[in-house]
Amino acid sequence: MTEIKASMAGSVWKIVAQAGEQVGTGDDIVILESMKMEIPIASEEEGTVKELKVAEGDFVNEGDVIAIIE
Amino acid sequence: MNETLQSIQEKVASGGLEKYHESNRSKGKMFVRERLQRLFDDDLNIEDAFFANCMDGSLPADGVVTGIGKINGEQVCVMANDSTVKAGSWGSRTVEKIIRIQETAMKLEVPMLYLVDSAGARITDQVEMFPNRRGAGRIFHNQIKLSGRVPQVCLLFGPSAAGGAYIPAFCDIVVMVDGNASMYLGSPRMAEKVIGEKVSLEEMGGAKMHCSVSGCGDVLASDEEEAINYARRYLSYFPSNFRSAPKRTETIDPPELEKSIAELIPQNQNAPFDMYQLIERLIDEKSFCEIKKKFAPELITGLARIDGRTVGIIANQPRAKGGVLFPDSADKAAKFMQLCDAFNIPLLFLVDIPGFMIGTKVERAGIIRHGAKMLSAMSEATVPKISVIVRKAYGAGLYAMAGPAFEPDACIALPTAQIAVMGPEAAVNAVYANKIAALDEAERPAFIKEKQEEYKENIDLYRLASEMVIDDIVQPERLRQDLMLRFEAYQSKNVTFTERKHGVYPV
Repeated sequence: MTEIKASMAGSVWKIVAQAGEQVGTGDDIVILESMKMEIPIASEEEGTVKELKVAEGDFVNEGDVIAIIE
Repeated sequence: MNETLQSIQEKVASGGLEKYHESNRSKGKMFVRERLQRLFDDDLNIEDAFFANCMDGSLPADGVVTGIGKINGEQVCVMANDSTVKAGSWGSRTVEKIIRIQETAMKLEVPMLYLVDSAGARITDQVEMFPNRRGAGRIFHNQIKLSGRVPQVCLLFGPSAAGGAYIPAFCDIVVMVDGNASMYLGSPRMAEKVIGEKVSLEEMGGAKMHCSVSGCGDVLASDEEEAINYARRYLSYFPSNFRSAPKRTETIDPPELEKSIAELIPQNQNAPFDMYQLIERLIDEKSFCEIKKKFAPELITGLARIDGRTVGIIANQPRAKGGVLFPDSADKAAKFMQLCDAFNIPLLFLVDIPGFMIGTKVERAGIIRHGAKMLSAMSEATVPKISVIVRKAYGAGLYAMAGPAFEPDACIALPTAQIAVMGPEAAVNAVYANKIAALDEAERPAFIKEKQEEYKENIDLYRLASEMVIDDIVQPERLRQDLMLRFEAYQSKNVTFTERKHGVYPV
């Protein structure tokens, strides 16, 4: 089980992988919007998205858990 | 043959007791003399004070090997701890040997390598090795004196504890072997006793942590062989000292890749792309030697060759944190630029930057002074500097990446470049915030769009070229060629930044 964390402060612009979906290493899970940039947050390992901790529009701080991969 | 001499030589060369050799082997650690054999073209050619502390009998070479050998055909000085001898700890002769080989490196003006695997000071010998003029402090004093004069490389194979942790700290580059290398001022046991913290060594001072979080490590190697090969490769980009230039090698054109540079770079300034792919298309094939890959990945730093010439690349990575600069990335850039400037390595900036990060977290971390550090190092670098505006260059981001005001030899742009105080979205919000708020919700999108278009026209690239803000606009497919010609032309650059003792740096 791995926690995927926000690399920087911003708001959740788009959810790419929904709970239950299979993801590979480097696959985007969500895209944040920060500093007017799209910030992809990718999975660090292969697995299933067990839980998404955020919804589109949420503000997240650096280090906040975004998803759990199993 | 003198048999007494031969028997002592054999004993010393074999290091500590077999049980310590065995313990090292089980951790994937090589014997110090094997490391040196692999590091050098042949072997350590000259070794002095091999007999240090030989009257004792239990401390072969007093736990450190020092001498001179050749790497890539060039002379280098080395000190290498022997962890089979009292865990590589420092006695008075150990320290004296290290000081002497540093002094040799200083006199010969050749690189100094530190192969560290040491538990730290021998407390029992402290009066002889710690406080005096030629005590351990002198090692660090010498390192600081050598810094910028000759390349200093640290290969960390084991612990580097307490005061010893400053050896890597003063090196240009620190390669750490995953699983075995560590760096810390106080061990986990000490941390528990003194401050009550319970933590593992790996978590507090392990190789992964230092290479990705603290930034005290530069390169994470999976084993000793990889670390040694990295060091040999790294040194091939450097001259022996600050008086000379790196050696030029054969030019190897990059391979033809499926996507062209133009196809690689998205038109939408806000969408990410992978800067490594642009680098690959500009440099000689397989010539990228990255430094601090795992630390502050929003900024890429590494050595490469263009047309066979060493260059230092500083590139924003939009794929990580949007390419925004943070305190750590500013630090990373500052040290890298000092490294290149010290050894006559030209700098190439690849710019795609939304600016410095904003918000409480970074302000409290002192992003302003960290950013100032980066600007100082960039500004002071007198090697040839070329700034390529790949896409956006907003605000202080333009300045930090060698914008026109900082005397780059050239600031050139790709057709996708956009230079401004801030991006169109942010600017329209900033200037028309009140007006937008006063409008009916239905009218807002059209108004915002119109103002954004006006703004874009105002910062049009051809307008900036017409005002001579940038020196040239280059077709993406011509960029490598252009860089080759410019770096060749700027070779003879000879400037002194300013006259003074030294600046007062915003550290």
